[in-house]
Amino acid sequence: MITRRVVRWADRRLGFASLARSGLNKVFPDHWSFMMGEIALYSFVYLVLSGTFLAFFFDASEAKTVYRGSYAPLNGSEVSAAYSSAVHLSYDVRLGLLMRQSHHWAALLFTGAIVVHLARIFFTGAFRRPREVNWIVGVTLLLLAFVNGFAGYSLPDDLLSGTGLRVANGIMLSIPVVGQWVALLIFGGEFPGQHILPRLFIAHVLLVPGLIAALIAVHMAILVRQKHSQFPGPGRTETTVVGSRMWPGYAVKSIGLMAAVFSLCLLLGGLVQINPVWLWGPFEPGSATGPAQPDWYVGWVDGALRLYPPWEPHLFGWRLPNLFLPAVVLPGLTFVAMYLYPFVEPLFTRDREEHQLLERPRDRPVRMGLGVMAFTFYGLLLLSFSLDVVTRYTGWPVTVLVLVFRVVVLVVPLLTGLAAYVLAKALRDSDAARFTELPWSAVRGTVRRRSRSPKEPPTTASPVAGVAAEHLPVESGPVP
Amino acid sequence: MRGPARAPAGWVSAAFLTSTALTAGFVAAYITTDSPQLEGLLLGLALAALAAGLVLWAMHLLPSGTYVEERPPMAPPEEDDDAFQDDLHRGGQETPGILRRTLGLAVLGLGAAAVVPLRGLLPGSLGPSTALRRTAWGRGVRMMTSEGKPVRADDLEPGTALTVFPQAPEPADDATAVLIRLRPADLEAASSGAAGSAGLVAYSKLCTHAGCPVGLYEQTTRQLFCPCHQSVFDVLDRARPIAGPAARRLPQLPVSVDAEGYVQADGGFDGQVGPTYWRRG
Repeated sequence: MITRRVVRWADRRLGFASLARSGLNKVFPDHWSFMMGEIALYSFVYLVLSGTFLAFFFDASEAKTVYRGSYAPLNGSEVSAAYSSAVHLSYDVRLGLLMRQSHHWAALLFTGAIVVHLARIFFTGAFRRPREVNWIVGVTLLLLAFVNGFAGYSLPDDLLSGTGLRVANGIMLSIPVVGQWVALLIFGGEFPGQHILPRLFIAHVLLVPGLIAALIAVHMAILVRQKHSQFPGPGRTETTVVGSRMWPGYAVKSIGLMAAVFSLCLLLGGLVQINPVWLWGPFEPGSATGPAQPDWYVGWVDGALRLYPPWEPHLFGWRLPNLFLPAVVLPGLTFVAMYLYPFVEPLFTRDREEHQLLERPRDRPVRMGLGVMAFTFYGLLLLSFSLDVVTRYTGWPVTVLVLVFRVVVLVVPLLTGLAAYVLAKALRDSDAARFTELPWSAVRGTVRRRSRSPKEPPTTASPVAGVAAEHLPVESGPVP
Repeated sequence: MRGPARAPAGWVSAAFLTSTALTAGFVAAYITTDSPQLEGLLLGLALAALAAGLVLWAMHLLPSGTYVEERPPMAPPEEDDDAFQDDLHRGGQETPGILRRTLGLAVLGLGAAAVVPLRGLLPGSLGPSTALRRTAWGRGVRMMTSEGKPVRADDLEPGTALTVFPQAPEPADDATAVLIRLRPADLEAASSGAAGSAGLVAYSKLCTHAGCPVGLYEQTTRQLFCPCHQSVFDVLDRARPIAGPAARRLPQLPVSVDAEGYVQADGGFDGQVGPTYWRRG
């Protein structure tokens, strides 16, 4: 075999055989929820490939040029080179529209897969020692994915992206003390300035993706060093990893997953229109599109902007800009909370041990409640960024919707969080193997135990739950 | 290949063959039609077939499942750790503290020096606060349409609005204003000072919330509406915010009509234009 000879030739000069062999034999636990990070990784690969194609044709310049091309309504108009090349790319470059749209879809998939991956890590306690370091790397990757997505969305210089940059400029201006400098340095002057597009471009294609690639490498290296965590099961202990070996089974399956991710991006990019910049028109001073929605991963910030009350207090004679709390402090606190969570939880659980075995979400009702509360809160904020679209389809006045959502966004997460806490606790204390098998009596038992004797010491679950399930319905009437 | 493995192998190679055919179809579509729908569909399906083949292959024909790998504890034995720490701090005992402190100062200086050139990102010598405070409006500056035509008072029907820019070489975003000609009936309802000559009022078009242009003038309710975050301003009450997140009214621009019938500004805006920044007052 020719490969055998090539490998031997290289190994005699580089001496990698034993290291590479342990790589080939690395064991991957077989569980579907472990694929989310891989989906994120492969959408990043697709982003790099399609983005390279786009970079050959896109001109990130604000210089005025006259568009000449197949899109008739714009023909002969004076627009920026960025907008002109984005329309040219969509209409007159072969594969251009497919690459542009699938690039955009891949960005939505990338950010989405990271969030789902994060949820899996959070709810199963995979961030616990020794994996706090990799949690920090992962949260940073999420942040960078948001930043790079927004930078890319802002590049084509259409009216919608111009509106997004306008709001971003307002958010930078709102930072106390340094806001004016931050905004004007980044934009190279007062909005819109002349410099923002080339600066965003170099950030979007080099600086941020470079950081993302480097951090992915760190993320993987730590994963290889620490080996995978896994759910408990036969033979799976704190000192073993059980699953498929990397080569060849897992690798072939994973390459199949990569092909599936690419396939999804291409099918969406070819068949489902996204961000038709020629319909939005070029950015012009004094104009905006309506309704204007950003991509989903920044939508929650936009939702917070819409719901935040019209309030600008004075602090020591200085006016605190309205945008500062919802658009700078809220996202800032969100990421600080995510960064700190692995270090805060042990303060309450007093659990500082090393954990290689994962927990089921039900094992930690408080964490479950907190997580569901957070996801509900950000989900509702994300919904709020489309209240004007809701108005368009239902006719309900948007001002009323905003008032209702100001309450909903604060109250509903408490309710869902509490419900998740109770259900997780009932599940943990019952014998039910899965959520759908949870008897209603177990839930009632959990609620009653809590309200009647809050100081009851924690017990090992099943017997108590069994008692509750048998006796409580008798007190409260016929069993359903 | 023998026995039970034959059936999966057939499926897998069928998937790979399908993928090849679809890829050939993609190339044909690229050459003949350049339809993004067809190209996306064919290439997407080619990759889907490839994915199906690979996954079937891995699941049915390749060794997978229960292998056990030992997992040594992360923390090294204590003596290894101590030895490493000793090596790391080699020579540290003999180093005078002054060396560390002065080296720290030098590195700090270099770091600070690296921040200074950031100033170059903002061209010109004007600081931000001056640039943000100024607009091109002033006494006697004519109002122009977006096409660059000067506006006459009778260009506007009563009850309508027009986006105007100052007569200046470059259309600056922060000077964008909306000129409204009120109906005679509204003039009495308008709070004092709101209506200029000929029923004309002008406000900054940039929302005081996040700076979006308040694009929509509702003639029936005399309200300006922001498309971005749904702030609403009452035109008859000096553009006071009445709904949504905006906290300040839209700055007003005094308006007059010159001897030739052209509309002009009678000064600058009476407040800060656009989203609030950190400032006194």
